[in-house]
Amino acid sequence: MNDRAGLCALLFIFHAMDNKIRSLRMEHITKRFPGVLASDDISISVSEGEVLALVGENGAGKTTLMNILMGLYQPDEGRIIINDEPVRFRGPEDAFRAGLGMVHQQYMLVPNMTVTENVALGCKNAWSPFRLDMKAVRDHVVEASEHYGLKVNPDAYIWQLSVGEQQKVELVKTLCLGARFLILDEPTSALTPQEVDELIVLLHRMTEELSIIFISHKLQEVKALSNKVTILRHGRVVFSGNTDDYSSQEIAAKMTGHEIVLPKNTGKASAGDEALSMKDLVVLSDRKTPALNGLSLGIRSGEIVGLAGVSGNGQRELAEAINGLRHVESGSISFFGKEISNYTPRKVIEEGMGYIPEERNTEGIVPAFSIKENIVLKDAAEKAFSSGVFLRQKKIDEVAQRLVERFDVRCPGISTAAGSLSGGNIQKVILAREIERHPRFLVAVYPTRGLDMGAVEFIHSELLKIRESGIGILLISEELDEIMDLSDRIAVIYKGRIQSVLDRNEATRERLGILMAGVGEE
Amino acid sequence: MTRGFRIAFRVAIIAAAAISAILMASIILWMIGADVSDTFYTIVFEPLTKMLHISEVLIRAIPLCIIALGISVAYRSGIINIGAEGQMAMGLLAFTGVALAFPDLPRPLLLPVALIASMIGGGIWGFIPGILKAKLNVSELLSTVMLNYIAAQFYSLCLRTIYLDPAEQVYGTGTPQSMRLTENVWLGRITGRLHYGIFIAIVLAVLIFLLMWKTSIGFKMRASGSGARAARYGGISVGFYLAASMAISGAFAGLAGGVELAGVHRRAIEGITNNYGFSGVVVALFGGLHPFGIVPASFLFGLLIYGSTLAPSKVGVPANIVQVMQGIIIIVIVTAQMVLSNAYFQDRVWRKYQALRKKEG
Repeated sequence: MNDRAGLCALLFIFHAMDNKIRSLRMEHITKRFPGVLASDDISISVSEGEVLALVGENGAGKTTLMNILMGLYQPDEGRIIINDEPVRFRGPEDAFRAGLGMVHQQYMLVPNMTVTENVALGCKNAWSPFRLDMKAVRDHVVEASEHYGLKVNPDAYIWQLSVGEQQKVELVKTLCLGARFLILDEPTSALTPQEVDELIVLLHRMTEELSIIFISHKLQEVKALSNKVTILRHGRVVFSGNTDDYSSQEIAAKMTGHEIVLPKNTGKASAGDEALSMKDLVVLSDRKTPALNGLSLGIRSGEIVGLAGVSGNGQRELAEAINGLRHVESGSISFFGKEISNYTPRKVIEEGMGYIPEERNTEGIVPAFSIKENIVLKDAAEKAFSSGVFLRQKKIDEVAQRLVERFDVRCPGISTAAGSLSGGNIQKVILAREIERHPRFLVAVYPTRGLDMGAVEFIHSELLKIRESGIGILLISEELDEIMDLSDRIAVIYKGRIQSVLDRNEATRERLGILMAGVGEE
Repeated sequence: MTRGFRIAFRVAIIAAAAISAILMASIILWMIGADVSDTFYTIVFEPLTKMLHISEVLIRAIPLCIIALGISVAYRSGIINIGAEGQMAMGLLAFTGVALAFPDLPRPLLLPVALIASMIGGGIWGFIPGILKAKLNVSELLSTVMLNYIAAQFYSLCLRTIYLDPAEQVYGTGTPQSMRLTENVWLGRITGRLHYGIFIAIVLAVLIFLLMWKTSIGFKMRASGSGARAARYGGISVGFYLAASMAISGAFAGLAGGVELAGVHRRAIEGITNNYGFSGVVVALFGGLHPFGIVPASFLFGLLIYGSTLAPSKVGVPANIVQVMQGIIIIVIVTAQMVLSNAYFQDRVWRKYQALRKKEG
């Protein structure tokens, strides 16, 4: 190692420890957006070595509050106080300088650059007008990752890394930029159960030197990691206290304002006919590497088969191949006995396939289109909604109005742009469209990802209703709880193949976790 | 927020935009030593004082309007057509070809056939970049601009060879132009040089409105344009609608050429396209990509274009300077539109205003 660079790296860490943030307070923060009060007189405080969990449903104002802390938004009222001195952040650079670092829910990494290069992007002191000291940055990365026990390969390209590894890169990056105070926005939302456990251990170790605020709505993590918990609802603090004094149930109830009991699938196993069956399916990913590698799976009418797996193991490609959106290289997809592989999306729809896609904001809806236009997205040219080539506006309005009421879509009206709705309401619009089309089968991909408990409860009970009506569902999800609550059978996908298919009552979190990690059972 | 405040806010922003545009333009005029108020009068008001002037404004608005309508269809379907200049040239060629080949056909037959030919000529020229984008994902910015060059040179070549007026060969003057086209392809005139093409433009505006907002075809085009991925998911063949929209767009530009020939020039000469293909992009965006915005926008741009031809003779300001001023005005107006559509900014001003009132009250 270059001595000078090594020294630099060490100096940086001593420097970091020197300038500890002993206390951070946000006082009476108020932030208005057009028509919404995103933060309403919120106060929080974190002392040295503490972990504060910021908990609340979607749209409660957690992320807004943290964006204010990072200088991305200016508060309309209130102030931020660090080590008893009021500070003012005009932008994220000011917040970095003060020692704050945030890991966003969507990772901010450039996929075709290496770990070191990604860190170098933000490492201002490695830049001089005509030179970028890559070696110093690399040493820096090695130093920080060893110091905090975050194992990352500094020369790996981001696209080669799993989601869990990318998160470590994000942490290393934030620490390399000099963060002495970490803000983590839903850090576990894309991790496997094992990775979550690992992360919690890591963060625990970090609290010896750092303070952490983390946003979450998963209560096990809140219990496992935090000292203090602050619950937001509709932009207001509804509760603040020591985590250890309250049970998960108590916190959940405070979060939603009422008791939530997620519905469970308790029905008998279906004896229906096989609705959808895949045999030896081979499908390529966008990078032209095999994403599905001889996958076989069958689903009967009237049952829910949960497909568990870490994302990136072929789930997206499977859903797209079934729906005609991705080319099938070999193997077969049989739908009620009919071979449908390499059908056009239109023909798959006409066969009676329903599909809740992974990307609800860009694929499930046309964001600039109104709710009613999105409801007829698949059927605008059908007789029900158009006579000749002309759309039957009245009929469309009627159906849209009925569905918005039946699915309790919270919106100003059916002409509102669908993209302006919250995630939960967008998902309700998609679900409404798919159910109204009376499909013969439904593929649901991450149907509740990022949604709050209230919306999850609604969508789960709708999915169970569909099952009751004798329709089969392929449920693709990363949430083990969701899969275990809803499925009749659980298939585990790993590297484009089905590892194993378990009955509901054989499946435990541990067993699924091991299968998801690619370890065989024999 | 009260209704009164909303209106006051709009008026204030528009006034601020107008004042800043006038100020900037005035500084430029002052720098070249022109009479500022006279120049403004000549460019903005003079064209509206006489019927003759108004008709000249309108004949410039007609091709702009037709081209912009086509461009809006393509833009809404997710493809940016900056090839209208070339598509218009191909329309001119097709129209002239039909008119020269069948000079003896009666007008009720020849005029529609020639106009349709101009649409086919432009349509093919538009379809090429459309299908290239749909099938091979070739950037339309590249292909349309290149096709512009090809069309311009091809047009120029035809005027010097197969379309060349035999009289030019006899007298040896060699001006690259066709012979005067048969009267059977002329569009009648209303007053001055203003021709019936104006009704064609208005009817097309209504048709485009119906197509894009009232039919399932328009629905699918707009879906492809504003969310290609979701449209594909919804079973819409995005590629097909992309290519179709470009064919429509090209057909409109071609038709604009045909109408311009039939109504104004009545013989193929150089310079008929007159940058209408590029101005059409601005008109389309300025009109909010909606027919009901494009019609007034094309009138405004017709006014500006005609005003710039008046300025050199009336007040001695070069047309180039007028174009600079037009550029400034357009940028300011577009900026003002963006400010007006920023609900967050409006909300902040409203709160400041309330806070101010509280202090006083």
